[in-house]
Amino acid sequence: MTSRDMRRRDVVTALTATLTALAAGQVIRPGAADALGSTGGRAEAAGESWTTQTLEAFADTLIPGQRRYPGDLAVAGAVTGPGAVQAGVVDVLTSPDLPLAPLLPEIAALLDARAVAYALDHLVLLPVTSPPFVGLSFAQRTDLVAGLFRPGTPDRPVWQILGLVTGLAFDTAATLDTAQAVAAAHPGLAWLHFPPPDADGLWRFPQFSYGRALADTHPATTASGSPA
Amino acid sequence: MSEETTDVLVIGSGFGGAIPAYHLAAGGARVTVLERGPRLAAEDFAHSMRLGTYNRIVDVIQGDGISVVAGNCVGGGSVVYFAASLRAPAFAFERSGSLGRRIWPAALTRAALDPWYERVEEALPVARTGWQDVSYAGGVLAAACRRSGHTCNPVPVAVDTGRCTNCNWMLSGCRFDAKRSMLLNYLPGAEAHGAVIRPLHEVQLLGPSTESGYRYAAAYTVLDPGDYSCTAEVGVIHAKVVVLAAGAVGSPVILQRSALPLGGIPPAVGRYFSGNGDRVSVADVDETKVRTLLGLSRPDGAAYEGLPIGRPITAATYDYLDPAAPEYSRFMLQQIYFPPLTNLLARTASAPDWFGVAKRSLRGRWPSWLTLLAMTEDDNEGTFGPPPLTGGFLRLAPGLGRGTMAYHPTARTRGGWNTADDALRAILEKDGLAQVRPWSEDVAGTVTAHPIGSVRIGDDPAGSALSDTHELRGHTGLFVTDGSAVPASLTVNPSLTIAALAERAVPAIVFRAREAAVDVTYGAPLPRP
Repeated sequence: MTSRDMRRRDVVTALTATLTALAAGQVIRPGAADALGSTGGRAEAAGESWTTQTLEAFADTLIPGQRRYPGDLAVAGAVTGPGAVQAGVVDVLTSPDLPLAPLLPEIAALLDARAVAYALDHLVLLPVTSPPFVGLSFAQRTDLVAGLFRPGTPDRPVWQILGLVTGLAFDTAATLDTAQAVAAAHPGLAWLHFPPPDADGLWRFPQFSYGRALADTHPATTASGSPA
Repeated sequence: MSEETTDVLVIGSGFGGAIPAYHLAAGGARVTVLERGPRLAAEDFAHSMRLGTYNRIVDVIQGDGISVVAGNCVGGGSVVYFAASLRAPAFAFERSGSLGRRIWPAALTRAALDPWYERVEEALPVARTGWQDVSYAGGVLAAACRRSGHTCNPVPVAVDTGRCTNCNWMLSGCRFDAKRSMLLNYLPGAEAHGAVIRPLHEVQLLGPSTESGYRYAAAYTVLDPGDYSCTAEVGVIHAKVVVLAAGAVGSPVILQRSALPLGGIPPAVGRYFSGNGDRVSVADVDETKVRTLLGLSRPDGAAYEGLPIGRPITAATYDYLDPAAPEYSRFMLQQIYFPPLTNLLARTASAPDWFGVAKRSLRGRWPSWLTLLAMTEDDNEGTFGPPPLTGGFLRLAPGLGRGTMAYHPTARTRGGWNTADDALRAILEKDGLAQVRPWSEDVAGTVTAHPIGSVRIGDDPAGSALSDTHELRGHTGLFVTDGSAVPASLTVNPSLTIAALAERAVPAIVFRAREAAVDVTYGAPLPRP
């Protein structure tokens, strides 16, 4: 038996253990969306459902942030500073303004199934104590996620929507009024250096232009300013 | 279920609907406008990216290989657009595209459309801007153009620049009533002449009318303002003339669904769909080089850091609109701003290019981004699949839907994009001023805010669903006057051309109305700005 065969056998054994534990309900995997809302985005390792951890790990792969606490598994800790998880991605995913909440356990399960397949393909030993996707390293998560978005991937629309929502959480503070989010130093908007509004919560830029001619205009420009 | 009659039914209230609605009402016809979206006014338009604000009036509709940004409110695209108001260059009307012969009807050239352009420029009105109107972002593009041997123009806009606060929230509707949308000219003009505008009325089906003297009946649903996927009631309205202007991703779907009751539709309905050749790129600008290479600095001492400041579109270069250049190689390069909703699409130089650690670092330089739009010559390669049971697309969430359109860019379209990418790099990467990358296609396919062509005008029945008067072939008194009628990409923002074509279509619509015994005349003065 080669060392490669040995490694494969170890991996299959570990995966079987994971799946058996899942099937027997020995590993907690609550499906209810309200379980997400009660723990989402908070630094409480013990209370986080598998669904939450999996979705956080996905979002952290797209927009990485620093670990929230020692032993944070969902956030891989690839950088220092805020990422999608700190920016409240779980709050956005479970927002009543979106119809996603009831679907999240299934989406997370799909991602975890993809992670199991990835682990088999790449001879990765997954721990049984965390969701399969969370059990991957940051580099492995990145590799897997890149594949989810390749043309022809059957469930690509699911990941596209999850990706869009992750972006909205970080880039737009999607559950908050923007003026309030800027005032509260929302991690994503602060990272972007999104400018603050006037005192009335509206944006105005009295200074917005260099105010001088910076190029010759096209010789064929018409009287209304259009091309000929 | 309610049942009623009108002389002229207008479906949709953007440029394509509002303009005929005004002229028909001002000429004496009974006009009813059914609009799928809600009705909002300046005080309702929020400076906010919170879900439940902008996504009430803007839809992102994902198809196979393309995503479309479209207005969904009274005033349609005119409420949420960026108001760049350019006439299409003369060569755009002479294109052959995939047909191998001229696409536009023989009756239409730039010279033929110029009088109609003039009318809409007066009615909106359009402001010719100067350098004092060009934002920091537009200024960086202009200075980079000059440094690389190119010209650059301030872009004319349908904006009252005196009222404009340069807030950069145009996608959310104009809080200050500075943007000259249909809410400020044609629609109030139409209402002053008795037109009735009904928001949240989504037309589902067109068919022949059973009422004597009426040509068509339209079945509609009334949508729940809190959830557009819920129907509150249904109704039927009979009309002597129908003006379909539900947008380039709405009108073809209504016609497809109506094919059976209408007794067939032209084969070009739902074909020849184009995203106007739109290609967006993000330049990661080196602030130091803005100062040293371009000699620019702001009054507050910064060199640039101006992405979020000013109107979204202020400057463009017309240098690549050479009429002598081959088709598929001509384009306009325009400075543009998108709210951070689209940040996901920006790319870095290394894989994985649109997500991960390097992309997060790029986000940290967001004020130093310069976003650019190339409007190229594409191949009209988009098609619409079978329509959904109701609506224009399947609503997945507020402001997000799954459409039936497919767009797989041909080699010629990609060639045009590559040519534009090369030109942009030559301007902006010279001496390391910036790093430029087109948006990723991994998340949303190609993205366009300029859908056109899906029910287009032309002379050839095989290649066009509409005659040169915008009448649906084989269906007297049924006109299509929105962006779907524009037959090919324009290399400029299409709104002014859509509006000019709608103005031009009005006399033919009036003629058909008079044929059906409607006491209406043509020739009302333009609505007062």
